[in-house]
Amino acid sequence: MDLFLQQTVNAFALGGTYALLALGLAVVFSIMGLINFAHGELMTIAGYVLMYCGLAGLPFLLSVPLAISASMVAAVLMERIAFRPVRNSSGATMLVTSFAVAMILQVLFQNLISTRSQPVLLPQLLSDSVTIGGLVIGVNKIAAIVSTLVMLVVLDRFMKHQKTGIAMRAAAEDFGVARLMGIRANTVIAGAFALSGLLAGVAAVLWVSQRASVDPLMGFMPVLKAFIAAILGGLGSLRGAVAGGFLLGFIEIYLAAFLPHEFQEFREPIGLGIVVLVLLFRPNGLIPSAALKAIKV
Amino acid sequence: MAPLLSVQSLQVRYGPIEAVLGIDFEIKEGEIVAFLGANGAGKSSTLNALVGLVPVASGTVTFNGSDITDWPPETLAPAGMTLSPEGRHVFGTLSVSENLLMGAYSIKDKDAVNDAWERVYTLFPILHERRDQFAGTLSGGQQQMLAVGRALMSNPRLLLLDEPSLGLAPKIVGQIFDLISLLREQGVTLALVEQNVSMALNIADRGYVLSSGKIVAAGSASELSQSDALQSAYLGGE
Repeated sequence: MDLFLQQTVNAFALGGTYALLALGLAVVFSIMGLINFAHGELMTIAGYVLMYCGLAGLPFLLSVPLAISASMVAAVLMERIAFRPVRNSSGATMLVTSFAVAMILQVLFQNLISTRSQPVLLPQLLSDSVTIGGLVIGVNKIAAIVSTLVMLVVLDRFMKHQKTGIAMRAAAEDFGVARLMGIRANTVIAGAFALSGLLAGVAAVLWVSQRASVDPLMGFMPVLKAFIAAILGGLGSLRGAVAGGFLLGFIEIYLAAFLPHEFQEFREPIGLGIVVLVLLFRPNGLIPSAALKAIKV
Repeated sequence: MAPLLSVQSLQVRYGPIEAVLGIDFEIKEGEIVAFLGANGAGKSSTLNALVGLVPVASGTVTFNGSDITDWPPETLAPAGMTLSPEGRHVFGTLSVSENLLMGAYSIKDKDAVNDAWERVYTLFPILHERRDQFAGTLSGGQQQMLAVGRALMSNPRLLLLDEPSLGLAPKIVGQIFDLISLLREQGVTLALVEQNVSMALNIADRGYVLSSGKIVAAGSASELSQSDALQSAYLGGE
């Protein structure tokens, strides 16, 4: 029972990180139909900022907001430089553009920083653990769960109560009519990228604080997982992205913990098999996007 | 006095398909102008081109003294022209009051937004009753009221209404037309695309009849209702 609870805490921590990443992908996809595979490189940028801040001796509490801001700025620049020129093109064109952006950034990291994994200095506190009700829980896990919850609440309030947030929901549902209301396309899209950068930045801090290192390809795996999570939840649906992120986190952690030893090698395919099984029964994901019907007439 | 909106040789194309083939018309302040014609005559394409939802292939559109031909859609509501699109297109996952707030997006002054809310809720008490409900859960007639109300939130000088009575029960259609007359009394200029020809000509001052992307007849509402042009535009006789 203890092991189960312990793993549940781990699942919440990992699932939360996936949820933040999937949410970042979904915010952009819901508005402009782009699946941004360069989202992972935003994470990597935030990771490197954390590393350099550590080397410069900055306190961690200062490095974190710097890393997150860097990721937000990078996201907005990415939109301005790479995605705005192809905004009205097909989904495939935008997808390929995002791969190109991802690869260019990876090559830049490899050539300008290092091809190898670099250590990131983290405060000792993060690797400590506390005992709550008989469970030994890492501080970094608690930090991950708390930050995820805070981000989800902040985002929910933004989307419900801020005029810009409501405009983003309107634009996600019907971009043309939203523009007719006077909602500027550039504002909404830049806002979506800034939000996705914020989410990628937070996710990067959580990711790095579990591994204490950063490498040029760091962002690829988590974003691939987030993409799967977003599909699982229902592509373009924000609530779906959160649900999908947590579900994927649970599947992975429980399989790693409870799958018999001889099957551990097949953990990933079994996990993806479960995802496919869910999609067989709910082809549009757990919580399908409202705009789905409108897109596929 | 110069007309509020004037359009010269407007053409609209969707790829190789020509939807509007160079039409001229104008709308004066305070008028209700009806655009009539069969399906595919180019009425909706014309309205959509005016607000920039589809690109203008050639021609010029002048609104309130400015050449707005290539203005992006988001600049027109602040300039005083807006469209209530065909098929309503309310934001189904937003509440009624959020839909209305989006209609007033370009108004920065909070008091002005509250006044606009007040005006729409007075015109449509049912929207006030349902203000916290998702727009997607409203009936067709209520959604149409919301679409018109949302367009009114920006305090337009010129309101373009595309098929406001489409798919509504006769009683609701009557309400929508009552509303259109009421809006005129409030000083809103209206352009109306309608399938319901007799009701449209009943309230309109003037009308244009379109057929295959061209204007085939124009005149006052009473002239049009007596002319043969309308019948041939709908029934295809030349």
